[in-house]
Amino acid sequence: MPHERRLMEGSEAIAEAAIAAGCRFFSGYPMTPFTEVLECFAKRLPEEGGACINAESEIEAIGQAWGAAATGARAATGSTGQGLSLMQESMSEITRAEIPIVIFNMARGQGDYFQATRGGGHGDYRHIVLSPQSVGEAVDLTQLAFHLADKWRHPVVIYGDYLIAHTAEAVGIEAIDYGPLPEKEWAVDGSLGGTGRSRNVNPIGMEKGSKGIDPNGFWQKLADKEDAILDAEQRYEAVDTEDADLLIVAFGTLARFARAAMRDLRAEGLKVGLFRPISLWPFPKEALAKAAEGCKRVAVLEQNAGQMIEDVQLSLLGAVPVVPIGGISTDPAGFGIGALLDSDLIAGRARDAHAGRPVPRGVVS
Amino acid sequence: MTDPNDPLRVIPTDAPPIGACRKTGDSLPPLTLMGEHDLCPGCGEPLALRQILDAIDAMDMAQRAIGTIGIGCYTALTSLMDIDLIQALHGRAPSVATGAKRMRPETLVFTLQGDGDMVNEGLQEVIHTAARGENVTCILLNNGVFGETGGHMTATTVLGQRTKNSIEGRDAGEHGFPILIGDLLARLEGTAYCARASVHDAKGVARTRRFLDRAFESQMKGQGFSFVEILTMCPTGWFLPTAEGPDYLDQELGAIHEVGELKKDGVLIES
Ligand SMILES: Cc1ncc(C[n+]2csc(CCOP(=O)(O)OP(=O)(O)O)c2C)c(N)n1
Ligand code: SF4
Ligand SMILES: [Mg+2]
Repeated sequence: MPHERRLMEGSEAIAEAAIAAGCRFFSGYPMTPFTEVLECFAKRLPEEGGACINAESEIEAIGQAWGAAATGARAATGSTGQGLSLMQESMSEITRAEIPIVIFNMARGQGDYFQATRGGGHGDYRHIVLSPQSVGEAVDLTQLAFHLADKWRHPVVIYGDYLIAHTAEAVGIEAIDYGPLPEKEWAVDGSLGGTGRSRNVNPIGMEKGSKGIDPNGFWQKLADKEDAILDAEQRYEAVDTEDADLLIVAFGTLARFARAAMRDLRAEGLKVGLFRPISLWPFPKEALAKAAEGCKRVAVLEQNAGQMIEDVQLSLLGAVPVVPIGGISTDPAGFGIGALLDSDLIAGRARDAHAGRPVPRGVVS
Repeated sequence: MTDPNDPLRVIPTDAPPIGACRKTGDSLPPLTLMGEHDLCPGCGEPLALRQILDAIDAMDMAQRAIGTIGIGCYTALTSLMDIDLIQALHGRAPSVATGAKRMRPETLVFTLQGDGDMVNEGLQEVIHTAARGENVTCILLNNGVFGETGGHMTATTVLGQRTKNSIEGRDAGEHGFPILIGDLLARLEGTAYCARASVHDAKGVARTRRFLDRAFESQMKGQGFSFVEILTMCPTGWFLPTAEGPDYLDQELGAIHEVGELKKDGVLIES
């Protein structure tokens, strides 16, 4: 049943999209700009027969979502910078336990790119990270996140920010069918005790009925899965890249400002293209390398001291010179609503990069 | 006559045995996948686990039960437990149990944790789970040490107890006082049932089972949070000969962490 489009704040749209995708459990701890996501779930999940818990800390929040998801329910949690830092132990172990869970990272700007894409937890793991540029795209990617989590039995992070959380846009929310999924035979529903086939969903490779673990088999399975995700789940948008001699690379909200700047630059006759990674992991390496072919320079626009630029450099392997044109840019409260969110300023920096002039480094004020 | 080739033989014990007999049969007790484990001789944890599994079996809840497991020596026992399990992080089993119970309210949900896991690393988890009146049963295997890491002091180590990092005995001035977690949880309104047992002797084992039955019944009646603390021997972590474990448990740990029911049907039991 198609729903009417209405003006909705990103936080509400995300919660509604998650519920449309079948999410029935949420747990979180308030922190700006994530708080309203929690508030919306707290209001809506009980109405849908689900549960939302105002957790004692982010550590409990992700633990509770872990337990809910391990029983086969669609479950999510989320936070912002510090709160996500507290969750890292669980995020790494959940990945190894292969529990499908969705984590909303409503970041304060783009300084948490490394935290989201590398993860601050221990051990060898990566999780899928999707980065919407608008409320409308957040609605789609939220639903995709639940699908991918179930498809791969893998955590999926949505990397949003203050503007996504707090900007109202006209969106319609209806359940999106991303195709069939395997039965969750692994899910711990409590039904197999005493049958000799009971389950143990665990991050350490424990097998029932045998002492000790088989670390090589355990890690091989995870490594094979990560390779398959790397191949299958790269997502991006490439705009006017064919004839470009300057390619701007930007993700999330900032990419929208870059697009406005690009329009102005094109009107001036400068051949500027835009490449926007949508999946930050797996990073769309080959697509970026292809988009950058024939460019004189690649300009990386990010709201931090230089994080995604490493993925760009790894994608291009020196084939095209890479210049940073972003920088740390924040408001006094640290929410990332800073001077860089200005298409004129971005256009100016892109013009400099296009001409091979030096671009200012450091804080953008 | 017993047939030594029959794996399910039951050896009669009302007459002198016909030969050298080392076990009464090869059949496994309920909800058990293997007849062996890696824990130390004289360890109290397998005794406690036996009572937990028997209690679930007796309630006929095996196919409606979920255990969430902490990290300690008992973690190795998960490979023989024929129950659906979710392995949690060190200290985090109460949160995982909370999420599981909210999504599967018809199941019996319990945690299995040690004193290091529950009272050190995850203290706030169990307190808030109790305060919320979460309808789960948290089970603590309290041996007063981090057994797994080799006998280090925990929040329940009693004064005078020798551990690797209180080698002259726990001293209040230097190391502070033990937390009596059962007493603390009993006082929270969300707690419906709370008891402390010990497996140092047969009577204690029987009482452990009784308390587990009552905790599980309380959960299935939807009364709120239930808690069973089980004192267990750890001769290895106490640096004691195996045979001295039960008496040490009874006389040293048991003297401070006193056994008995602390709360029933939401009403505190004054001692
Ligand atoms: C976050 C974290 N810190 C430390 C450890 C190491 N560790 C593993 S088991 C354990 C102690 C377990 O003690 P307890 O829960 O009392 O169980 P016991 O071994 O005594 O049965 C510790 C500290 C860990 N696994 N995770
Ligand atoms: S160290 Fe202690 S708790 Fe661990 S198996 Fe040995 S006796 Fe049991
Ligand atoms: Mg212990």
